[in-house]
Formats: sequence, structure tokens, C-alpha cells
Amino acid sequence: MSQTTARPAHLQHHFTDVHQQAESAKLGIWIFLLTEVLLFGGLFCFYAIYRSWNPDMFHNAHAFLNVWMGATNTVVLIVSSLTMALAIRSMQLGRRKHTIVFLAGTVLLACVFMVIKYFEYSHKIHLGQLPGKWYFFEGIAGTNPHIFFSAYFLMTGLHGFHVLGGIAVITWLIIKTARGSFSPEYYTPIEMTGLYWHLVDLIWIFLFPLFYLIG
Amino acid sequence: MKDDAAQRHILPLNLYLAVGSGLLVLTVITVAAAQMDFGQMNLLIAMGIAVVKATLVAMFFMHLKYDNRIYMLVFVGSLLFLGVFIIFTMFDTLRRGDIYEEISEPYLKEAVIYRTAETGTASSHAAADSSHTAAEAETETTDH
Amino acid sequence: MEHTIPEKHYLNEATGWKSWLMTLDHKRIGILYMIMVMFSFFLGGVFALLLRWELISPDKILMGPEMYNQAFSLHGIIMIFLFIIPSIPAILGNFVMPLMIGAKDVAFPRLNLASWYIYVIGFCFAVYALFTGGIDTGWTFYTPYSSETTTAVIPILTAAFVLGFSSIFTGLNFIVTIHKLRAPGMTWFQLPLFVWAIYATALIQVLATPVLGITLALLMLERVVGIGIFDPAMGGDPVLFQHFFWFYSHPAVYIMILPGMGIISELIATFSHRRIFGYKFIAFSSLGIAFTGFLVWGHHMFVSGQSDFAAVIFSFLTFFVGIPSGIKILNWMATMYKGSISLDTPMLWALSFLILFSIGGFTGIILGTLSIDVHLHDTYFVVSHFHYVMVGGTVMAIFGGLHYWWPKIWGRMYNETLARIAVVLIFVGFNVTFFVQFIMGTQGMPRRYATYLPQFQGMHGFSSIGALIMGVGFLLIAIYLIHAIFKGKPSGPNPWKALTMEWETPSPPRAGNFEGAQRLTHGPYDYDKVVPENALKQYKTL
Repeated sequence: MSQTTARPAHLQHHFTDVHQQAESAKLGIWIFLLTEVLLFGGLFCFYAIYRSWNPDMFHNAHAFLNVWMGATNTVVLIVSSLTMALAIRSMQLGRRKHTIVFLAGTVLLACVFMVIKYFEYSHKIHLGQLPGKWYFFEGIAGTNPHIFFSAYFLMTGLHGFHVLGGIAVITWLIIKTARGSFSPEYYTPIEMTGLYWHLVDLIWIFLFPLFYLIG
Repeated sequence: MKDDAAQRHILPLNLYLAVGSGLLVLTVITVAAAQMDFGQMNLLIAMGIAVVKATLVAMFFMHLKYDNRIYMLVFVGSLLFLGVFIIFTMFDTLRRGDIYEEISEPYLKEAVIYRTAETGTASSHAAADSSHTAAEAETETTDH
Repeated sequence: MEHTIPEKHYLNEATGWKSWLMTLDHKRIGILYMIMVMFSFFLGGVFALLLRWELISPDKILMGPEMYNQAFSLHGIIMIFLFIIPSIPAILGNFVMPLMIGAKDVAFPRLNLASWYIYVIGFCFAVYALFTGGIDTGWTFYTPYSSETTTAVIPILTAAFVLGFSSIFTGLNFIVTIHKLRAPGMTWFQLPLFVWAIYATALIQVLATPVLGITLALLMLERVVGIGIFDPAMGGDPVLFQHFFWFYSHPAVYIMILPGMGIISELIATFSHRRIFGYKFIAFSSLGIAFTGFLVWGHHMFVSGQSDFAAVIFSFLTFFVGIPSGIKILNWMATMYKGSISLDTPMLWALSFLILFSIGGFTGIILGTLSIDVHLHDTYFVVSHFHYVMVGGTVMAIFGGLHYWWPKIWGRMYNETLARIAVVLIFVGFNVTFFVQFIMGTQGMPRRYATYLPQFQGMHGFSSIGALIMGVGFLLIAIYLIHAIFKGKPSGPNPWKALTMEWETPSPPRAGNFEGAQRLTHGPYDYDKVVPENALKQYKTL
């Protein structure tokens, strides 16, 4: 027990030691990720059901998504996940400068992702490939193609919001790291954000084939 | 007090790079596979590759392979309940009309937004349901 | 023996309104929740009385059909989202659970406070909806009506959406607390059963509530943007909404009842002065209920047009919920058997729970039977069934728990005579109100109507009298409980001579809960091994 030793500044009063505090934070973030999985789960369920009802329409509509933009975005997110993991590793080794560089790289890649998404969205909005009653595009065979774009915009949109959230949190981490708030002994916020960011990547790993590849 | 270093699992740089490149290679494979048509297998192949990629991310980037098993339980548990959600809902949606065939199809097969045939902007596929009148469409608009 | 209130305790260690609104102490947050949740209970109760008032006669008394639709919708929404879901976990779970496991606080105190503020925001949205057109969809928000009606659907959906976050935060916090902050030496099987129940509840909260979040978000988008996924005119499927909704809302029924069962386990053991029978069975049946609760949601949709295949599966699985519930009831009975039972007020609530919940549970099995449900669906039989479970179960448990822990929370005892009168009033009033509704339901009285056929006049009138008796009972409880806060006799640390850890602190406890680190000295139900003395931490080994 660490009660005899001095309590570090970041240790809250109701924990007995830093280990207990870090473990609690980690379990907490995993349960948060669980809620995220089920939040997206509702949309995956929605996708699965309408796809099973209209497989041909989904197939025809998916051809109107740009595979290369989607694939680029997949690569961008995977690399950003890698830089996030390396940022944590650097902090574990006490290399604060490297951490900042890797975190900044992650933010940069996330921004690239959003920019590509912006071009995709504006192209679709321009053509009228829009969700629900806003849909006015012609030329997709099959019943109710607007449902496909409802699914597309909802799922990638919710995912996009998570990317934006990630950008905000990671930027905050860069500032905190630069101010020296973290050390090899205490880097829980970076670790937790990392887990969140990997989940965002993980969800995209499924969104990409479901929309861009097989429809 | 447990050993802090044991808790931190500092993985070698090469492992991260290997996993990262593995993910990129799989992305290339899945895009390439999608350019070919395997019929029913398309979905399985794409999803199979996605599952492998997701496992790599979860095991190495998210450290599930090295961490306390409870995190694995939480994560797998979330997927399990998601599976229950989707599969049980599909018990309904895929088997409507088992007994009464008339409920297997929606009342309106095609949404009202495609009912612009009269104005001459008929979309290539909207011709099917000409039996519905414009008056019917009006009552079913979704403006609030 | 005379007791005194300790000089310093969590209520007076910091003063001023700011010390309450910025508090991170789980006990104070529990009390903040108590104020808001009980106010919601009052609001929902007012709507209930208005409904019963209107139903005294088939003619219009207070409100026309539109107003009636709004009144029952608000009654349902307030009672479910604002009262019963947060009630036990957020009030008693917050206050008692960390004390029970010997922790100084919950794992994330800031998140805990945030959950209360989010609750308040949700509450404000609900009140806003109330004053800007009301809501007439019923608490289930079924499409396509909810995407068409002109009432204030968006504010009320926002309210439920926001309240969901509050619920998730509480659940997340409790799971981590129970995993990581137990006192040294306290294993999982030395946890009080209330903690097990709260744990199972928290699991449902984090697993099911996100789906409610996405469902309500989709419904809002459906209404505002017209994405067309639940709207049959847009090629959507309204039954899909019901699947989404009940995937949350059926497990949510267990969010409501499981913590109540946890309280009953504590009450029965304490007032029978006997080791609880079948500890592990009760503990695991909580998890069993939590799990099976996720597999049965389709039994709300037997007549909604879901496939017959799904209906059969859901009906079959529904019977399995009866098993863990039955295990609990039988173990409580076995605990009481040859126990040394004292009939203090909390025990009277527990006994009411046993009787009423059993009736509610059995009628649930009846309704889960596919063929019978087709007849009884949307009748007063269903209304009566879920009131027997929710009021006869959860509300009895909440008030049992409040009476049990009131001396721990405030350090003072309420008037026992008045309290016993109140239990009798509620028990009698409840049965008068709802038992006839079973009969009306089987005779075909449909729910959610402002009027009825003349042959139901007698039973509706009888039911309304019961509601009035209940109203008087709850008013009486409010009076003597509030009186006890200020003028009650000091109760001492352990008035019931219970063995769980929260009784090892002074009443009311200090801000940090325990002096120094808490250690486990005996199990929560070791009535056969130790006898508690009245002074702190002194136990005589038998």
C-alpha cells in the first residue's frame, strides 16, 4: 500500500493508490466504448435489415460511392491509429517531444479524413444523393434508394462527429503534454483517448466495406 | 503493490509498425477483392477481412492481448449483445409472411417521394406503381 | 438507550448552497437526486390522480379526449424516465452502495455530479414540453403517429435522450466502483445483495441505454429531416421502431425492478435476523434476469405485425424470466422461515412487495403467452400487470429502502406509528385501484381511452377510490419523513442491528464515510456468527 509514501498530485482522495485509480479509469473507458458499440449498433442493425430487404438496390446504390476516396480515408485512419499508439508508447518511454509529434500527426490525419469526407458529402449533396425526402437523384435502379443514403449519411455522419470529438480531445492532450502534465507514471488521459480513437478507427474498418465495397 | 512496468506493456516499435502495415495490406486486398465478383461470397470476404483488421486493432493497438481479461470480456460482451439485437430483429424482418403472405410486403412498396410521374420527371424505376393516384400521394406527404 | 447526532457529519461539514451544487460527495449527490426524483414522483402522481378523477365517469369531467391523451402520456413519461429508472440506483445506490462496500466515494465523483446535472437538464426539457403543447403519443413514442402528431414530440424526445446519458453515467460509475473500490478483503461473494442487484442494473444501463439514444435520435431525425426509415409512406418500417424501442425498454423494465429486488434482499435478511437463504442463487439470479431481459423484447409486439416466427421465439423465451424471479421469491420466503421476524415499517414494505410482485410476475407469465396476449393486449389487464410490478414491486421497494436507510441518511428516526398506517393505506389503496383492472381487462376494457362503456362504471369508480387512498398515503409519508429530518429522534448508528457495512459508520456518516481504511470483519448476513452491539464496530461473536 502506498499510504506511507507521499500521494502524487494526480491521485484523487478516494483511491488508495495510483494503480487502483488507473485501473478504474481504464475499466471506465472500456465500458464507455461498450456503450459506443451499442450506439453504432442500432445503425448497423438498421443497415442490415434494409440491406436484407433490398439487396439489389443497395448494390446498385453503392456503385455511386467513390471507392478511392473511401480507401484513402481508410488508410488515413489506420495510419492515424498507428500514430496514436506510438504517441502512447513514446510517453511510456518518457519521450515527451515524440508524443507531441505523434499526437499532432494524429490530429493532422483526422483533419485530412474530414476534408476528404467534406468533398464526398458536397458532391453527393450537389447530385441530390441525399437521405429521406431530400433525395432527388435519378438513375439508381431498385426500390427506395434514398434509404441507402439515409444509412450512408447517418452512419458516416455519426462516425464523423466522433472524429471531430477525437480531434478536439487530442488537441487538448497536445496542450497538456506540452505543459508537462503527463509522465511515464501518469498518462491515463492519453491512454484513454487512444482507446477511443482506435474504436473510431475500428468502426470505420466496418463502414468502409459495408458502404464502399459491397453495398 | 503491483509492478508498474508490468502493467504498462511497452510493446516494441517493430510490432506496431508490423501491425500497421498488416492493416494497410489488408485494406489493399479487400479493395482488390471487391473489384471482382464472387457472388454471394462478396459479403463474406469483405466482412472476413474487416473482422481480421478489427481483431488486429483491438489486440495490439488497444492492448487487449496483454491487458486484464476483463477488458476483453467487456468488448466481446458488447459485440455479443449487438449480435442478439440484430439477429433477433431479423427473426422478425426476414420471416414476415411465413403464414400470411400479404404482410410480407410493405403497403407502399415505393416511397411517396418518387411519385412525380405526372410532372414528367419520372425516374427510371418509378414507373412500377402507377396505380397509386396523386391524391393518395398527397395524403401521405410527410410535411408537418 | 439515548443516541445523539454526531457533531460533524456530511450534512454540516460544508455549508452554503454552493457546497451542495458543487459537491462531489456521493451521499450529497444522492440527496440532490432524491429531491429531483421525488418531485418528479409527485408530478407523475398528480397526473395519475387526474386520470383516475376523469375516469370516475364515462362522461367528460375534467378533460376531453385530447387532454386525456396528454395526461396519460405525461404520467407515463414522467414516472418512467424521470422517476422509476433513476429512483433506486441514483438515490439509494448513490448513497448506500459505496458505504456498503467500504469505499470512500464512487469511482468517478465528477461524472456522478455530471449525471445529476444532466438529469436536471432532461427534467427541464420535459417540463418545457409540458408547457409547449404537451405530448400525446404515450410513453412509447410509436411511429408513425409520433412523427405526425403536432404536439411537442421533439422536446420530450430530447428529454428522454438526455436522461439516457444520465442513466449511462450512473451505470458506468457503479460498475467501476463495484469492481475496483471494494474494501480490502471483500470478495464478490461477501457483497451485500443490494450491491449485486445494483451491479446487474448497471450492466443493463450501459448495454441497453445507448440503443435508446440512437432510437430517439433517429425518431427526431425522422420528424425534423424526414429520413424515412420508420415512415411507411417513405418506404420505412414502423415496426422496426418498436424493435429499437423495446430493445432498450424491455431491459429497462429490469433496470426498474432489479434494484428493488436488491433492497428486498436486505430488508428480509435484516428483519428476519437470519442469514439469507441461497445467497449465490439470489446474486446470480440478478445477473440471470439482466441477461434474459435482453432476449424477450418482442413480447411487447405480439399484435404489431412482427413475424409469427419471432413471436413464438419471444413468447417461449419470456417464460425463462420467470425462473430467476421465482428463485428470488422462494429464497426470500426460505429466509423468513423460522427467522426471528420483527415487523418494523421497512419489513412491512418488503412483505407488501412479496405479495404484490408475485401477482405482477404471474400475470406477466400470462401475458407472455402468445395466444392469451392476443386477447389481452392493450387492455386494462396489461395496465394492471405492469402497475403490480412497477408500483407493487419497485415503489414498495423504494419506500421500504427509504424507511430502512432514512436513519442512516439523516441520523433521525421517523414516527413508527404513522409509518405503519401509511403502509396499510398504500397496500389497501393499491389493491383497490388495480385489482379490479385485471377484471376489467379480461372483460375487454381497452387502455388509453378517456371514456368507457357503462358496464365498467362500477369498477372504474372503485378503482378511482383506491387511487385517492394511495394519494393520502403518499402525502402522509411525505409529511412524517420530512418532519423526521428536522425533529426526529436521533437513531444511533445501527437502529436495525444489521450487519452490512453502511451501519458501521455514525449516522449521518462523515464526508469521507469511514475513519481510516475500512476492513471486512464479517459477512453481510453473518447473523449466525456475530451479534451487533449498539456502539460502533463492536460485534460479539456467538
